[in-house]
Amino acid sequence: MVIYLLRRLGLALITCVFISIFTFVIIRLPPGDFVDAYIANLAASGSTISVEQAEAMRHEYGLDRPAFVQYWLWIGRVLDGDFGVSMVWRRPVTEVIGDRLWLTMAVSVAALFLTWILALPIGIYSAMRQYSIGDYIFTTLGFIGLAVPNFLLALILMYLGFRYLGLNVGGLFSAEYAQAPWSLGRAWDLAKHLPLPAAVLALAGTAQLIRIMRANLLDELRKPYVITARAKGLTERRTVLKYPVRAALNPFASSLAYLFPYLVSGSIIVSLVLGLPTVGPLLLQALVAQDMFLAGAIVLLLGVMTVIGTLISDMLLMWIDPRIRLEGR
Amino acid sequence: MSAAIEAGPVDLAASAAENRFAQATQLQLTWWRFRRHKLAVISLVVIVLFYGVAIFADFLASTDPHATDARRSFIPPQGIHLFDESGFNPHVYGLKGVRDTRTFKVSYQPDPARKLPVRLFARGYSYSFLGLFETDIHLFGIEGGRPGESMFLLGTDQLGRDLYSRMIVATRVSLTIGLAGVLLSLFLGVLLGGLSGLYGGWVDLVIQRVIEVLRSVPTIPLWMGLAAALPRTWSVTEVYFAITVIISLIGWTDLARVVRGRFLALREEDFVVAAELSGARQGRIIFRHMLPSFASHIIAATTLALPAMIISETSLSFLGLGLRPPAVSWGILLQDAQNIQVLAGAPWLLAAAVPVTLVILAFNFLGDGLRDAADPYG
Repeated sequence: MVIYLLRRLGLALITCVFISIFTFVIIRLPPGDFVDAYIANLAASGSTISVEQAEAMRHEYGLDRPAFVQYWLWIGRVLDGDFGVSMVWRRPVTEVIGDRLWLTMAVSVAALFLTWILALPIGIYSAMRQYSIGDYIFTTLGFIGLAVPNFLLALILMYLGFRYLGLNVGGLFSAEYAQAPWSLGRAWDLAKHLPLPAAVLALAGTAQLIRIMRANLLDELRKPYVITARAKGLTERRTVLKYPVRAALNPFASSLAYLFPYLVSGSIIVSLVLGLPTVGPLLLQALVAQDMFLAGAIVLLLGVMTVIGTLISDMLLMWIDPRIRLEGR
Repeated sequence: MSAAIEAGPVDLAASAAENRFAQATQLQLTWWRFRRHKLAVISLVVIVLFYGVAIFADFLASTDPHATDARRSFIPPQGIHLFDESGFNPHVYGLKGVRDTRTFKVSYQPDPARKLPVRLFARGYSYSFLGLFETDIHLFGIEGGRPGESMFLLGTDQLGRDLYSRMIVATRVSLTIGLAGVLLSLFLGVLLGGLSGLYGGWVDLVIQRVIEVLRSVPTIPLWMGLAAALPRTWSVTEVYFAITVIISLIGWTDLARVVRGRFLALREEDFVVAAELSGARQGRIIFRHMLPSFASHIIAATTLALPAMIISETSLSFLGLGLRPPAVSWGILLQDAQNIQVLAGAPWLLAAAVPVTLVILAFNFLGDGLRDAADPYG
């Protein structure tokens, strides 16, 4: 178990290093370096900077040194919590991002829980009542959920809400709480706004999990031990919930680790459509304006948060499934 | 005695069917199995139709998809009227501008007084048919309209471009970019998955870790970062290929897992061991003995990977980071529908959602059917 945990931790660390290298590449990809962009930005607002000053800045940021040294310097500053200055906003990146990062995570985690809550009972129902009307309805819904990209779903919901209910279904806060400091009221307001974006995000994953759960449970239900349990006179409910569901839960749980990155990914694009104050719109703005420090910080933070989320879901899996706990022995 | 005689012909018939089954090639078995999956067969037809549309896009379009005209922006979809007082005479109404007396906004309304006949094989804008010859014949179009007048089956966008024709032409880009992306990921997946499954040991370890790392990273931010870094000066074609590469760089992991799994399973099979013992070279074992038995699995996995590719392209283009105008793809068409105010006034802009959904569904069903058929003995 300890070995398994250490292996997972090691992998998470490697992933973080990989993400940081990737982020660094993204930051450096546009032509010109940070100082060029800074000078262009200054020129746009009317002030200038001398060639010597520019050279001094380049030296200070290590831009005149090889790429791996630059990476090393950059990662050192990042670990200190200094992500640089946003070109567009002219404020430190950490300040610009603010609690948008946490709201992104809130939306993704809410979607994750919704996926669990929906997929589990529906999957069991579909397997128990195979080929019933309910099973067909859920299967059809599931296929539609798989086929409609979530940003399209968000668009259609927005349109329907606007057209037939006359309200703007987007956003995460009501107008009076949008700029307010955190309070119980604001948190409650957030909780009221979360279900819609969470549902939009959760649909595709739910559809997938229902199919996995249904297939696994159907396999389990045909096994001899279920017949034995029935023959012994156990109630149907107890027969199913006590053994086959537990056994079918494993592949179900292991797919969760892949679900979380997918949800975070989806939240970026859904946020844009629904106008959610997450890092999604900020990332797009930053990329379009080539505000690379802001964009880099967002990609890096999202990646690392996702890795942590996946790690947590792995540990949950370990807790559910004794086979994994014992694997390392 | 008489009972045995009666049973005789029945037994013969049964063994004939058995013989047919036993003597069938793997391809035949796969086809028989696939045919039983009705939804997959229908999906195959749908997909073939879509690719047909992609090939004959210009012929099927009725109006130049790039022709803009500010005066005809946001025209609602026009229906084709099949009959008039003289009998069967398909036509659309001409448009006349009506100025709203309060807002002074000009809106176009159908003018029943002017009928524009719709004809098959009508002449329209000229195009090059598959790069072979120039022509201006289209499947259908209007006859005898004023210059610049046309029909708008699905309405127009803000710049007055015909949405139906744009959707038809977009099929070409959206479907080929998915195909190109999947081919590239197939190459990466088979190469790396094959190496991983064949050699095992540290090669397998490294490749498996790389796959795990790639799968635990949220893909859309990565794609966005890479796509945004493409130089603005690149031509449409260059961007097209760059986007293909970006999409497939992250999409190969699933295919690699399938290939590796099959390699690991087959390596222990008796027929592979037999081939090894009789001194076959490794290349021969892989291509002559192993590949035929898992080719169908790879085809199924590839089909299932295609919808993800199409969604990726659509999402990136929707965000404005993918293909750039004047390229037309479904994602670019949907980009116009991003603004809720615009959408409320012109809901037909969402029309591109229909082919996206249809194609993704069809590929999913087809992939499912192929996966079941891939194992004809199972």
